Amino acid sequence: MPRISRDEVARIAALARITLRDEELSGLAGQIDGILDAVAVVQEAAGADVPAMSHPLEITNVTRPDVIVPSLTPEASLSGAPASEESRFRVPQILGEEA
Amino acid sequence: MSDLIKKSASELAALIAKKEVSSREVTQAHLDQISKTDSLIHAFLYVDTDGALAQAELADKNHDARKSPLHGVPLALKDVLAQKGIPTTCGSKILEGWRPPYDATVVTKLKDAAVVILGKTNMDEFAMGSSTENSAYGPTRNPWDTDRIPGGSGGGSAAALAAFQAPLSIGTDTGGSIRQPAAVTGTVGVKPTYGGVSRYGLVAFSSSLDQAGPCARTVLDTALLHQVIAGHDPKDATSINAPVPDVVAAAERADVKGMKIGVVKELTGAGYEKGVADRFAESLAILESQGAEIIEVSCPNFRFALGAYYLIAPSEASSNLARFDAMRYGLRIGDDGTKSAEEVMSLTRDAGFGDEVKRRIILGTYALSAGYYDAFYGSAQKVRTLITRDFAAAYSKVDVLVSPTTPTVAFKIGEKSNDPVAMYLSDVATIPVNLAGVASMSLPAGLSEGLPVGFQIIAPAMKDDRLYLVGGALERELNSKWNGPLTHQVPDLVVR
Repeated sequence: MPRISRDEVARIAALARITLRDEELSGLAGQIDGILDAVAVVQEAAGADVPAMSHPLEITNVTRPDVIVPSLTPEASLSGAPASEESRFRVPQILGEEA
Repeated sequence: MSDLIKKSASELAALIAKKEVSSREVTQAHLDQISKTDSLIHAFLYVDTDGALAQAELADKNHDARKSPLHGVPLALKDVLAQKGIPTTCGSKILEGWRPPYDATVVTKLKDAAVVILGKTNMDEFAMGSSTENSAYGPTRNPWDTDRIPGGSGGGSAAALAAFQAPLSIGTDTGGSIRQPAAVTGTVGVKPTYGGVSRYGLVAFSSSLDQAGPCARTVLDTALLHQVIAGHDPKDATSINAPVPDVVAAAERADVKGMKIGVVKELTGAGYEKGVADRFAESLAILESQGAEIIEVSCPNFRFALGAYYLIAPSEASSNLARFDAMRYGLRIGDDGTKSAEEVMSLTRDAGFGDEVKRRIILGTYALSAGYYDAFYGSAQKVRTLITRDFAAAYSKVDVLVSPTTPTVAFKIGEKSNDPVAMYLSDVATIPVNLAGVASMSLPAGLSEGLPVGFQIIAPAMKDDRLYLVGGALERELNSKWNGPLTHQVPDLVVR
């Protein structure tokens, strides 16, 4: 039995904000299934006593003195924006009302 | 072919220092080779001809200040690092045309060292792949056999070296993207200790695994570049605040006498081609003859590494790549005034990301989702602990570990592109290194049926110098047998 159905892939794609086309959905369902079969071996590796490791280094918070240093200008920050207006990123409507 | 381009970076730096040749002449020779050969190889996504010549002229003007041992030497930069004003795509359509407003720390260090940046090299999209076939801009070809892949994700950075388009390049390595391309192109590549080189300005794929590193055709050149780019950076919270191991001195000393070298039992045997196993065995014999003690060690949990990697890396990627949202930079599709931000975002991500990137985002989102987290991502994180323990146990017995870098030589373009799991196996020997954050080098061990084989060395964290002691010693013996670096045997490129 497949681990992941076409509908499940569609649901996850929506969570990941990717509008997949029909043929992509069908292809991906089989491929993700194959990959999950190959990686499921990790479930046999460790018992409950083994701690999880998220990172090779011990992460500690890093601070610096609160001193003003040069930073990007508004123009430089907006230089790659698809659209901008009045020194701001211009984005499509976010609240669903008529524009 | 200009004989300048066949020289090593250290030879070029010496000629420039003695004013026997200018940085401009050296840079022009490499630009000429790029324009002559890159229609075939496609190592570069962008060649910054004017910018490179301007940097070279500046290096010549500042000749007497000699900013570094690589003053005036040209380099190819992987297109995953931000360079101010220069297109940076990560091999993706979603970033087509984006010009970063700032430099990555690696780029700042290169500029401060008067290293000349020739352009940006091709790669699998967002560094996800082992062949560069996942680049949205078409594959790079292997100079040894142009029907074959140059490895990935840093295939452009490796192919540029083997095609004599640049004597130095920068790669990044999340699961093997520096070392596997080095292995299949007969070049040298180092993944430094995690935290050894700043990630500031490196477009993130899997933040707990990504590491930028040096690539070249010789061990010494690799060390010289390593020294330039390594060191603590306050802009990267995971940058290690400790002195850089003296990799250049180690490369020059190149001595393994009395060293204990561990052969990882799990990274040999079944699955490794005969030619790969033979070159590996010959390299071991050389190291033994030079006074090293060869010991077999077992790392039993390495067999879980590939599975853990293909859960951890996609999980982190699914989060990191959320920033490509069509709002602040890059592609925006469908913004016709009738669609919401969320619809525009979703359409843009479908149009802008390629198949492998989508595959990994979906896989990662699944592995992190409620109900599956413990079984997949959680289990993978435990494997990471087990692998780190395997390394610690091994290093209580030996100074470095070794293995073949890849199970096979370069495969044909198209051979594995429809089988993601087969493609993932290319990285079976390189992945454990990234999961534990230790340091590793691949260097040429010879040819199998005319194609390069890589020898992998793995050193404990912050003992990167040991890579160069071992790599330097092995290279000295092999290069004297070959009458120069292996890349001198690359067939002449026939550009149609």
